[in-house]
Amino acid sequence: MEKFTVHKGLVVPLDRANVDTDAIIPKQYLKSVKKSGFGPTLFDDWRYKKAGEPGMDHSLRDINPDFVLNQAQYQGASILIARENFGCGSSREHAVWALTDYGIKTVIAPSYADIFFNNSFKNGLLPVILSEAVVDKLFSEIDNGYELIIDLEQQKVITPTGEAFSFEVDSFRKHCLLNGLDDIGLTLQYADDIRAYEEKCKQETPWLMA
Amino acid sequence: MAIRTLYDKLWDAHVVREEEDGTALLYIDRHLVHEVTSPQAFEGLRLAGRGLWRSDSILAVPDHNVPTTKQHRGNGTAKIDDPVAKIQIETLNQNCEDFEIEEFLMDDIRQGIVHVIGPEQGATLPGMTVVCGDSHTSTHGAFGALAHGIGTSEVEHVMATQCLIQKKMKNMLVSVDGKVGAGITAKDIVLAIIGKIGTAGGTGYAIEFAGEAIADLSMEGRMTVCNMAIEAGARAGMIAVDQTTIDYIKDRPFAPTGEYWDKAVEAWADLVSDEGANFDQVIHLDASQIEPQVTWGTSPEMVLPITSVVPNPDDETDAVKRNSIQAALDYMGLQAGEPIDAIEVDKIFIGSCTNSRIEDIREAAVVVKGHTVADNVKLAMVVPGSGLVKQQAEKEGLDQIFIEAGFEWREPGCSMCLAMNADRLQSGERCASTSNRNFEGRQGQGGRTHLVSPAMAAAAAIKGHFTDIRAFS
Repeated sequence: MEKFTVHKGLVVPLDRANVDTDAIIPKQYLKSVKKSGFGPTLFDDWRYKKAGEPGMDHSLRDINPDFVLNQAQYQGASILIARENFGCGSSREHAVWALTDYGIKTVIAPSYADIFFNNSFKNGLLPVILSEAVVDKLFSEIDNGYELIIDLEQQKVITPTGEAFSFEVDSFRKHCLLNGLDDIGLTLQYADDIRAYEEKCKQETPWLMA
Repeated sequence: MAIRTLYDKLWDAHVVREEEDGTALLYIDRHLVHEVTSPQAFEGLRLAGRGLWRSDSILAVPDHNVPTTKQHRGNGTAKIDDPVAKIQIETLNQNCEDFEIEEFLMDDIRQGIVHVIGPEQGATLPGMTVVCGDSHTSTHGAFGALAHGIGTSEVEHVMATQCLIQKKMKNMLVSVDGKVGAGITAKDIVLAIIGKIGTAGGTGYAIEFAGEAIADLSMEGRMTVCNMAIEAGARAGMIAVDQTTIDYIKDRPFAPTGEYWDKAVEAWADLVSDEGANFDQVIHLDASQIEPQVTWGTSPEMVLPITSVVPNPDDETDAVKRNSIQAALDYMGLQAGEPIDAIEVDKIFIGSCTNSRIEDIREAAVVVKGHTVADNVKLAMVVPGSGLVKQQAEKEGLDQIFIEAGFEWREPGCSMCLAMNADRLQSGERCASTSNRNFEGRQGQGGRTHLVSPAMAAAAAIKGHFTDIRAFS
């Protein structure tokens, strides 16, 4: 996994609550057996005028000019800001892969759905939680070329005027992101503990180990 | 022993090790796998040269992408039209063969929706931890199990280590007190719960559903309730074990037998929250006040009784919520103040991991019997949750009731719940659906979904619009 330390990037505002993973990446693209290539179909239903299908050349499709991701001033954005309960719905990790493949490094929102939140950390995407009031303030400040600095080590979001907002992040997840660590490798260090647990289960709840 | 909730007990029994900050390795007993969220996990294992920790904990089945029409089934994957879907299902088959995983292939009578077949086979047992790369894994909590959906990275993690890295969630109790009225089903109960606590109300919690109305439910009904815990934001929903649970499991193919059965039943008696156990949050609903529910918007919390009218955004003071209501009305093509029972429907979908079990199909068949589908309804379909559900329904003659009324009787799969296969809404079409999500585009781009119970979907098919099942004749 790619390390995440400090990121400075252009911010794109998605002023919606309850952005679900069906909206982030519609179902027809989940037929892929790969992890890459989901960027062009991120927010597909909102981004294009007509429904797309896997295998299309998405650069030839009619775009919806009203959708923020299609507006000139937000091209190259790497920080997405949205309202509460971002990423609700399906467990599809494709939603995270679509965001990262598009180039998003950080999402900022007042709250997230649990599975999406968890999936983000496994892919080097940092979901930052800021209060509704701060998110409101950031939405109101966004104009042409608005950039934020996300400092994971310091746990701070820094605005162009130098104003800094702190955010919380789980210490284990922070450690993994800062160092780009692979969870599976870490867990397998405890293989003996897992085997000991299984031995205990064979005695106590053998029907679960049959 | 300390006084504990059901969730506390399930958690404690599965912790392999715990760090000081509460990060734990949680042992997983059962891993259900389907074609959509697994290929990248198998690929990850191959790239890292890793194997499965415990292949006998895994049960696999293709469900999301499978066609549900008879002419596209049979002879394995040979008759699947969509080449991309076909590759995905064949990839699952190949992976299961390579990694020696038990899989119910498309032609197997046991094939079906992963959350239907797990319990049906007795592969979901009380006291288990159950995971699947699908958010509706919460379904299995109906058996007094700790079950939740995971992403593909976690699918790979469980395959390689048999564990999940987790922090303990908070405890929420949702108690549905008293008895429900006639015509009120498990679906109405859970939609009413989501309407009350909201789609993020359960975020960060494991929800235990309890109370007389929950205890009165069959296992099928309990699965419907736990299935939609995730629509209230909770990764896990669960219900305590009682005689109903044990009767359901007995003699199922994967259930323990003989001495193990007796020991298991004895152990399962403890899978209830202790008297006086502490919940971080407690919610009460009066069952007698629950009416048949219909969602009107684009989030499951946008739900109202059939006797209501479509809400007016101007009545909402919070700006973010007001905008959400307006956006939902625009998308759904509805006017504020319109009576819900005046909304006409184009398509009917009875199926999904929420409502495709035998009891759901019986419930709909009772309503449909002797009637015909209304002229304005373009398509009404029943998609049984598994080959065995389909077989049972056919044995009872239910398929004929639907076919005579003008319904299509399909092969098992996820179908129009998420419309990955050919079963989908066209833009602007309105559907009475027994599924679990009414998000924009969920059942097809531009499609408009209203979530209801099987009985309410069946009644809408006959009348051509939503109607109060309590007054249906």
